Amino acid sequence: MLDVTNLACVRGDRPLFNHLSFALKAGELVHITGANGSGKTTLLRALCGFSRPAAGEIRWNGTDIHDLGDDYRGALAYVGHLNGIQGELTLRENLRVAAGIAGQKTAPDTALEQVGLLAYGGFPAKILSQGQKRRLALARLLVAHKLLWILDEPFSALDARSTEVMNALLSAHLTAGGMIVLTSHQDLAIELHTVLSVRLDS
Amino acid sequence: MNPHSLARAVLCVFRRDLTVALRRSTDVLTPLIFFAIVVSLFPLGVGPEPAMLRALAPGVLWVAALLAAMLSLNRLFANDHADGTLEQLLLAPHPLTVLVLAKTAAHWVLTGLPLVLLSPLLALQLGLSAEAMGTLVVSLALGTPVLSLIGSVGAALTLGLRGGGVLVSLLVLPLYTPVLIFGASSVTAAVEGLSTEAHLSLLAAFLVLALSLIPWATAAALRVSHD
Repeated sequence: MLDVTNLACVRGDRPLFNHLSFALKAGELVHITGANGSGKTTLLRALCGFSRPAAGEIRWNGTDIHDLGDDYRGALAYVGHLNGIQGELTLRENLRVAAGIAGQKTAPDTALEQVGLLAYGGFPAKILSQGQKRRLALARLLVAHKLLWILDEPFSALDARSTEVMNALLSAHLTAGGMIVLTSHQDLAIELHTVLSVRLDS
Repeated sequence: MNPHSLARAVLCVFRRDLTVALRRSTDVLTPLIFFAIVVSLFPLGVGPEPAMLRALAPGVLWVAALLAAMLSLNRLFANDHADGTLEQLLLAPHPLTVLVLAKTAAHWVLTGLPLVLLSPLLALQLGLSAEAMGTLVVSLALGTPVLSLIGSVGAALTLGLRGGGVLVSLLVLPLYTPVLIFGASSVTAAVEGLSTEAHLSLLAAFLVLALSLIPWATAAALRVSHD
């Protein structure tokens, strides 16, 4: 489904990585590791289509993602360093907006319950702690119903229990035939699924 | 993606921007208060002779409205850029031009429209006739959306830059001048009892041109600033 061939990215004049290739099929996860500054976020942003790689191709179902445009974006959900949450809106409103922009109609309460934030549903998101904001950002994935999840350090600021919950959500997405690309410094506790490891600084 | 889900996304973006802005109400009030203060200071500065105020009124009202509109530009994308909701908007499976238009429309409803509604009151203060007041309202109603649209390109281009506020002013001011010239001169024509049709038609033409071209430029500028 998602094929990366001979990808090279640069930042400024500095090459970050060369000849990166991997292929991702339904129900699989790619775990990208690497030291700070090795280009993990740059790779994810290239996979989202924000930037064009210096060389190589990213294909979705055989077609270059820049040619696909909205068709590719319709299959993609991204959680980056920024949570994409507006502090003035309540948790429910944030999820409703996320679903609306993704073209989905949704009951946000189910997603809030899954990440353990249902009790805060009617409060403005600015009262949440860092870890809670992260969980709300991940709840956006549940309301958007996309096939491919691209996650930049999804476990940052999460406590042990939330990490467990998150691992379960990732497993459920893979079981349902979804695909995940994520960066993380932690080991993943996702069993029964194919996990491809990609190291950027080797 | 079908047109139905596009309509829902557009409505979603529009309503979200209104809700967020109303909960940060100082942001909405600042340009309005600025507009009222600048216009009210003029009679104190230049003296209260009605003839002089009437002659100055079109220019004063239009310049103050233009500066007030410019004051609110950095709000258009900066907050969304900082919290990451803008990059989510860029990943929406819909034409970005349409979503940008929805955001600009919300921006106009929050800044341009209140200026239009407040202007008759301030025009009264400067002694404009009822007819000139009508022209002022129409010219602002046609001109302020153009200001919001032009401003959206400037705001998108300077996203994430330090000192972006000053840069936006330098970028958009030259593009604002035609709107200012025809807007103010339409009111002057009305004060002098001349026909205002030509000026207002030109303003309407600016609006149509801006509506059809600028959302593309703004969308492209947003994509570049996220590269």
